[in-house]
Amino acid sequence: MPKLGTINELTAYAQELKAQCDPSKPCVTVCGGTGCRANHGLEVASMFEKLLKEKGVCDDIDVRTTGCHGFCAQGPLVVLVPKGVLYVSVKPTDVEEIITSSVQADEIIERLTYRLPGTKKRIAKEEEIPFYANQKRLVFAGSTKMDPTRIEDYIAVGGYSSFRKVLSGVEPEEIIDWVEKSGLRGRGGGGFQTGRKWRSCRKSQAATKYVICNGDEGDPGAFIDRSIMEGNPHSVLEGMAIGAYAIGSNHGYIYVRLEYPLAIENLQIAIEQAREHGLLGDNILGTDFSFDILISRGAGAFVCGESTALMASIEGFVGEPRAKHIHTTEKGLFGMPTNLNNVETWANIPLIIEKGWQWFAGIGSKNSKGTKVFSVVGKVRNTGLVEVPMGITLREIIYDICGGVPDNRKFKGVQTGGPSGGCLPEEKLDLQVDFDCLTEAGSMMGSGGMIVMDDRSCMVEVARYFTEFLTRESCGKCTACREGVMQMLEILDRMTTGKAEMSDIDLLEEVCLYVKENSICGLGKSAPNPTLSSLKYFRDEYLEHIEHKRCRAGICRDLTTFIISDDKCKACGKCIKSCPVEAITGQKKVTHVIDYDACISCGVCREVCPFDAVDTK
Amino acid sequence: MAKIKTIIDGIEVEVERDSWAIDVARELGIDIPTLCYHPALGPYGACRLCVVEVTKSKWTWLATACDLPIREELSIKTNTPEVIRSRKMAMELIMARAPRAESLFPLAEKLGVTKPRFKCRDDIGNCILCGLCVRMCDQIIGVSAINFANRGHKRIVTTPLHKKADKCIGCNVCVEVCPTGHVKTLDDGSFRHMQTWDADLEMLHCLICDKPYIPAKQFKVISDKLEGIELKRICPVCRRKETVDNLRYAVVEKVS
Repeated sequence: MPKLGTINELTAYAQELKAQCDPSKPCVTVCGGTGCRANHGLEVASMFEKLLKEKGVCDDIDVRTTGCHGFCAQGPLVVLVPKGVLYVSVKPTDVEEIITSSVQADEIIERLTYRLPGTKKRIAKEEEIPFYANQKRLVFAGSTKMDPTRIEDYIAVGGYSSFRKVLSGVEPEEIIDWVEKSGLRGRGGGGFQTGRKWRSCRKSQAATKYVICNGDEGDPGAFIDRSIMEGNPHSVLEGMAIGAYAIGSNHGYIYVRLEYPLAIENLQIAIEQAREHGLLGDNILGTDFSFDILISRGAGAFVCGESTALMASIEGFVGEPRAKHIHTTEKGLFGMPTNLNNVETWANIPLIIEKGWQWFAGIGSKNSKGTKVFSVVGKVRNTGLVEVPMGITLREIIYDICGGVPDNRKFKGVQTGGPSGGCLPEEKLDLQVDFDCLTEAGSMMGSGGMIVMDDRSCMVEVARYFTEFLTRESCGKCTACREGVMQMLEILDRMTTGKAEMSDIDLLEEVCLYVKENSICGLGKSAPNPTLSSLKYFRDEYLEHIEHKRCRAGICRDLTTFIISDDKCKACGKCIKSCPVEAITGQKKVTHVIDYDACISCGVCREVCPFDAVDTK
Repeated sequence: MAKIKTIIDGIEVEVERDSWAIDVARELGIDIPTLCYHPALGPYGACRLCVVEVTKSKWTWLATACDLPIREELSIKTNTPEVIRSRKMAMELIMARAPRAESLFPLAEKLGVTKPRFKCRDDIGNCILCGLCVRMCDQIIGVSAINFANRGHKRIVTTPLHKKADKCIGCNVCVEVCPTGHVKTLDDGSFRHMQTWDADLEMLHCLICDKPYIPAKQFKVISDKLEGIELKRICPVCRRKETVDNLRYAVVEKVS
């Protein structure tokens, strides 16, 4: 492909690619997201290629490995285009049948279709499955249709048209106006107005300015940015190029954590392709605007997701934050004005430019516009990625889209915003999910992680788990975060092992509030959120741990005694077989018994019991 | 340079833009406790003892005075109940980290901390990670023989790869600035042992009195900095004596 020298050449090229696309041509799309890859998704894709070639129909039927489809619980996923039929949990051995019955003929293979949980109903059409039907996919729309390693796919569906639009003579100030009016807020967690940030960076006078894309998504359970970078890297590049043009920057960095090798690979391919096509580099499309992007790999420190620590890391220093009395839009990377946005924020920019700020501002709630992608994990049926308009309720996400809590368990709480977010109880299920409502409820949007918990989750243990994560991830610079979070963990450890006293609860609350108010950076300021929110909503559990030395969820081993119920036990022997310490005895037709001297309260017996006969005392 | 009006504890002052709040307060004679601030170094904000209450229009928050630049009119209070509570908690956490650091006791008492309510650590000596030694060694001496390693509560100050600090010149600045006496050094005649950094430095002897007085490495670093001006290998005592003697002769000569 020759370099595109002018804006008109790009327009012509886009039209040419579009003309080549025949929407009626059969295509098998296989999800190439990390979840499906782990389940042999790529083998499924290569099996399709191999068999279609053997059958001599590889010119008539395309095979495309796309970005993540988000329906991770059901992977590997195969979608037949244009029929819109979705097959779930596909194995390489299923491929032959799919080709002969469903691609070359019009049959539907029932056993590979999605079954509605709790029913026998099967749904074949992707768009009719509640998981997809209740979502509003904008940022994620492209990932499922394109091969992320082909810039042609992106351009064919209208990619880089927003960039083309701004380069055709839109004033930078006007772009910033659009972004500001669209109401877009930073998707990385803080929820700062993106347009305002851009404006203050544009105002800063300096010879060099930087734009940075923050792809250091470190929250346990969150994989939103990862999926965008892996599945639609060009949308991030296009957003950054538009931002750089608006701000007056010529240099961009994408900071990606090393644990995302596929994201790094796909971004690198995308950057090289964009350079080859003249969409990055000097005098882009014959204009005065020059811009290029480098990838900076993070070494796996959670704190490097914090803007100033991230910049220190790019500069080659230890990733440590500094106080932000001087904003990074004035003095950021290498002491120059810097505009940092999260992956998802950048990916929203081309949409706003293409469809107009009015369109974007029409989606979402009062002060949170657009959609937000959440990664919903934990005790829900359909774990995966969900894109919904801001302002939708937690209940809609967890029940309508993700299918609710499995195994007939009771919903207990949902941790939003990862380790820095808060835990919300059942009463808050009808809470609108947007920046302000979540913050008001004592949690936060964060980068969009959602961990759903059922009644077998102990809230004290959950708080302890996140606090432990944060003690390891605190950079250790300031007393408040380093010592404070460690002392929080110390107290929580005492609580989960039955060594705490009543006064500990006040001390815990006091130190939490101190850390929240006195830490240097966002990591410390938000570190007490899991503890504070669970103290607020699940205080009785804390009291029970301290006063009665009892963990109702049966998680904290020192505070748990399991008992096998006489009525329910069918003496099947499953618990006997799975007990790791051989603490259970019993014979056929005799209720099994736990030997408490040997029992380590691991809870395996409860997990395996088919009759719910094992419970906490 | 534009002057900015600001109010500290009710005293109205005009200061240069970007002055640090801690400097302004100290110039007014207002005592602000700190363990990580040194006027020769840039702001750092680690110990969190210097918190003050800042009000800007309708917003009020706690901020550390050492890294708070005054760029617009602020109202700063150094003695509110929130400030006192915050400092006390910071001190309590520091004391739990280094419970045997006696040099901290007077300040702790002043801030109302006698015995921390937290579990005290006893595995890390007296280091409170104020970073003064690291920053002095890097920014002022220009040697960077030591730095931080590890994250979170496992963070320590150490030498590269925890090996003998071969870059250390034995200048003792780290010992001088350490607020808790954690950094230790020992001179025994012809060697200076930087015990904390595991470095042994050969001493140079004074050409007049023959007493060991400076590590050879430090002498070289200073000589290099002087760029051509000869640094005499004379100890401070002899140098003073020599200077005074010279002066005396000069005066005697003039009188006679």
